[in-house]
Amino acid sequence: MLAFTIRRVSQSLVVLLIVGLVAFSLFRFVGDPVENLLGQERTVADIERVRTQLGLDQSFPVQYLNFLKGVVTEGNFGVSYRQGRPVADIIAERAPATLELAFVSALFAIVLGIGFGVYTAINRDGWISNVIMTSSLVGVSLPTFLIGILLIYLFAVELGWLPSFGRGETVMIGGWSTGFLTTSGLKALILPAITLGLYQMTLIMRLVRSEMLEVLRSDYIKFARARGLSQKAVHYRHALKNTLVPVITITGLQLGAIIAFAIITETVFQWPGVGLLFINAIQFVDIPVMATYLMLISVLFVSINLIVDLLYYMIDPRLKADGGAAGH
Amino acid sequence: MNALSRFIASDFTYKFVRSPVAMIASLVVFILVGGAIFAPLFTSQNPFDPASLNLMNGFSHPMEPNQFTGESFIFGTDDQGRDVYATILYGMRISLFVGFSAVMFAMVLGVTLGLIAGYTGGRTDTIIMRIADIQLTFPAILVALLIFGIAKGITPPGRRDEVAIWVLIIAIGLSEWVNFARVVRGATMVEKSKEYVDAARLIGRSPFTIMLRHILPNTLSPVLVIATISLALAIIAEATLSFLGVGAPPTQPSLGTLIRIGQGFLFSGEWWILFFPATALLALALSVNLLGDWLRDALNPKLK
Amino acid sequence: MKSRSMIVSVAAAALLATTTLATAETLNWARAGDSLTLDPHSQNEGPTHALAQQIYEPLISPDMEAKPIPSLATSWGVSADNPNVWVFKLREGVKFHDGADMTAEDVVFSFNRAKHESSDMKELLVTIKEVRADGDYTVEIETDGPNPILPNNLTNLFIMDKGWAEANDVVVPAEFDDGEETFAVRNANGTGPFVLESREPDTKTVLKRNDNYWGIGQFPMEVTQINYTPIQNAATRVAALLSGEVDLIQDVPVQDLSRVANADGLKVENAAQNRTIFFGINSADDDLTNDNVEGKNPFKDLKVRQAMSLALDRDAIKQVVMRGQSAPTGVIIPPFVNGWTEALDAYPKADVAKAQALMAEAGYGDGFEITLHCPNDRYVNDEAICQAMVGMMAKIGIDVNLVAQTKANHFPLISGKTTDFYLLGWGVPTFDSEYVFNFLVHSTTDDRGSWNGTRFSNGDVDAMIQSLGSDTNIANRDATIGKIWKVVQDEQLYLPIHNQVLNWGMKDGITFPVQPEDQPHFKFMTFGK
Repeated sequence: MLAFTIRRVSQSLVVLLIVGLVAFSLFRFVGDPVENLLGQERTVADIERVRTQLGLDQSFPVQYLNFLKGVVTEGNFGVSYRQGRPVADIIAERAPATLELAFVSALFAIVLGIGFGVYTAINRDGWISNVIMTSSLVGVSLPTFLIGILLIYLFAVELGWLPSFGRGETVMIGGWSTGFLTTSGLKALILPAITLGLYQMTLIMRLVRSEMLEVLRSDYIKFARARGLSQKAVHYRHALKNTLVPVITITGLQLGAIIAFAIITETVFQWPGVGLLFINAIQFVDIPVMATYLMLISVLFVSINLIVDLLYYMIDPRLKADGGAAGH
Repeated sequence: MNALSRFIASDFTYKFVRSPVAMIASLVVFILVGGAIFAPLFTSQNPFDPASLNLMNGFSHPMEPNQFTGESFIFGTDDQGRDVYATILYGMRISLFVGFSAVMFAMVLGVTLGLIAGYTGGRTDTIIMRIADIQLTFPAILVALLIFGIAKGITPPGRRDEVAIWVLIIAIGLSEWVNFARVVRGATMVEKSKEYVDAARLIGRSPFTIMLRHILPNTLSPVLVIATISLALAIIAEATLSFLGVGAPPTQPSLGTLIRIGQGFLFSGEWWILFFPATALLALALSVNLLGDWLRDALNPKLK
Repeated sequence: MKSRSMIVSVAAAALLATTTLATAETLNWARAGDSLTLDPHSQNEGPTHALAQQIYEPLISPDMEAKPIPSLATSWGVSADNPNVWVFKLREGVKFHDGADMTAEDVVFSFNRAKHESSDMKELLVTIKEVRADGDYTVEIETDGPNPILPNNLTNLFIMDKGWAEANDVVVPAEFDDGEETFAVRNANGTGPFVLESREPDTKTVLKRNDNYWGIGQFPMEVTQINYTPIQNAATRVAALLSGEVDLIQDVPVQDLSRVANADGLKVENAAQNRTIFFGINSADDDLTNDNVEGKNPFKDLKVRQAMSLALDRDAIKQVVMRGQSAPTGVIIPPFVNGWTEALDAYPKADVAKAQALMAEAGYGDGFEITLHCPNDRYVNDEAICQAMVGMMAKIGIDVNLVAQTKANHFPLISGKTTDFYLLGWGVPTFDSEYVFNFLVHSTTDDRGSWNGTRFSNGDVDAMIQSLGSDTNIANRDATIGKIWKVVQDEQLYLPIHNQVLNWGMKDGITFPVQPEDQPHFKFMTFGK
């Protein structure tokens, strides 16, 4: 177990370092940050001076090493070109918005996904099931940004029920700004969370449905029925329980996708999270912010992967025998 | 003829004829793909040819003569005076080309790696599946942004428009191959242990022949299902990427680019610039998704 | 007569002041981008100055028509003893938000801070040799030579408190390699009409009315609180106005103007903006890198440039792409600028046949291929303008390959001289042609011509441009300006398209004219009840 963990963690570190190197090699193609930093009256001498100050006159491997050195030796992710503030501070300030949004979206996806999945599996050919199945497909047959805009048009402009942008009022609790404690904060979460969670909801619903259908057909359930257990007990205590393991796995793996797709949702709803920060950083060629975001996202993805693997390792005894080849 | 009559009499055909959803979905896909492929036959304007456009035709209402030029367009025109109907057909060409190519790329890559991983096992298997895990956690949009960055760096500035399409194909393809690889690897591991494979090995068939002639045909139905669903995903992914500015150029728009342009006119009353392309995309993606769904059920022996 | 109207207006102002203090009006204000920093000398950029104008004040402030009015200075003029010295009399009794007095010492400090190497404002002050205090309320500014237009450069030059800056270790603007955040980035202490209450960059900034403001009684000051939110996505920004969540938005997309104007309780105000949009063409190099003509530069032929100008249908761009919200022009300066004439502004009516004939005369009857570089996030409908240009050029055989990208990718191509055909917009903060000549016409040297992507270089023209800086004979100077414009126009150095029009969408109850520099000054805002 320990050897396996150490090996996997070191593999993950290599992945992180490679992601960072690739990222840095790409930054010079995003544009020239100096052009944004100086006004239209800048001179050639200004451009040179700022380029040297930012270390942009050096090759990208050197820039990358300097960035890593700052991170490792003093936990310093650099200073944002755009805001003139330490990147670590900015990300810490923005992360709660994204995490709360991702949490609510995931909750929405899981609750509705499992609910609809179970319903459509039990009532396989009912017309309500068909409506749910088809309309969920409509939701994933349009791009996210369009769904967001359409929701804004309907619920903010035409009906005036929900806000079109931002987080509403937030409350600070020990450095964490939360929108969960105010009415306007909760209302502001609804549209972005639906936009972001729709795809995952459909995914989970379809997964639950097909797993349920298979389990319901298994001997184990036939036996439970034969024992005279009630329909409810069969459906929920036995069948649903057996479908949950793959659902949890997929949901875990999708967490990364939720946070990445938040880039689009946050742009549409002016949601002040890290996704919007990243998009602004690309437009402004804010290299320290882009680098930190990509590194953090990689850490997140790699840890999710690691956790899923370790869970499998603990659950599946066969993996112990063949030395940890990931065979899921 | 023999094969055809066998197909017509098959279980598969029987199920298809009995499913109105599958038939309607196929019909919609057939019409849209046909319209896109033969777009010049069905349109009087080539919206990708800038010399044929008249800016003064811009913002014509559907089926109403333009106030300056007097020309009339069935679905109206967009902000550049392009016929929305013609632009949808030509744009769908781009979307379908990107979608199909991306899925083909993902399929070839995924099936090959899946076969190799499943058949050889051991260290090769571990490495391939490790890469697959990493790939799976990196969402398509980040992969695309990264690849777009690389492509921009290695192509001369004047040619970037032409490579944009290929960048999309590679980026979307790379984010979809894992599903193919996993399914094929699983099926291969099952088939590998069966007696007929042992027999083939005994008579001296090479591993390459065994994989290609014996194992691959047995993995085709799940691959087909995944390919169909991936096609819908790829078309939507292209649209999403165009919102981030990583898409087809505005002078040769895909459906996704058209929707990005059209969403700017949602509040201003020029609803047709968004509505028709969005409806076309929805019809295409929804039909492909429904077909994928139906295929999954029809080809899954467990659900009979 | 004059004194009577003065009395009336003072009485009216006093009345206004008493009524406003009774009402509490909160304004929710949104625009596309946020201010980059609160440090008033770190960034010379529109949204940054727009926010700073509420908190900090310059000596001379632009009003809502962009005309300079006294602010921290009450009067100014060239010294009688020395033509190189400007003398500014400061307003007495002005206090910073923290209670400190504003004196000449603070003004001297602020000018020196703005002249520091890390300041983004220093280019506007290059001619200044020394700034000195003469007593508490007089400041003398000495320039290299006579500088008749110096006051024009000072309208965004904000005055900070010396004591506050020293106490908080922000005596110079932040350097890019500081490695940490300086205090002035998110904190501010000005003399302006509004006090900073809270700031979350990119999210929300709250300002409260400064009840000790020196201008109470002179300006309406009806707004008691400002909530400022950037909303990047255009559709979302319009939605926020339509749904009533915000009261005022800048940057209304042109296609949404009629929707906003027709919506219940909303209206649109507009004004000509101080910015001209135009195409630049490389007319000087012997060969181009972005075309398909070997060993020749088709743009070098004046006939080709004239043909392009004739094929460019400015009226169609105004009508369709800009929805009528632009003023087509034949010159690259807006009408506010000294040197502008109606004759320069006149533009040719589109004439494709004549353009085709010119192309044939030049030997390019079969056309050629060229790449057009265009920003897609900088000017109003920039990408759509370039797309329309592709169609118009196709009609005279020029096959244009359009590359539209973010401004971070676009602008380095112009300053790095790697594009041969590009879109650019230019505003003239000094309201004088000299500014345009320095950046866009003068050949590229260390301190001039940095944005001249045409590669045009003419020693006589350069000499004329340099003479403008110290020519105190206004008539003579204006004549030189006219001569330079004649060369620019005869050479068809640029292809001017139009001057932009600014549009602000707001609630009906608000009375607030659009400011030509896109800078709202909320102390002027009133609420009709």
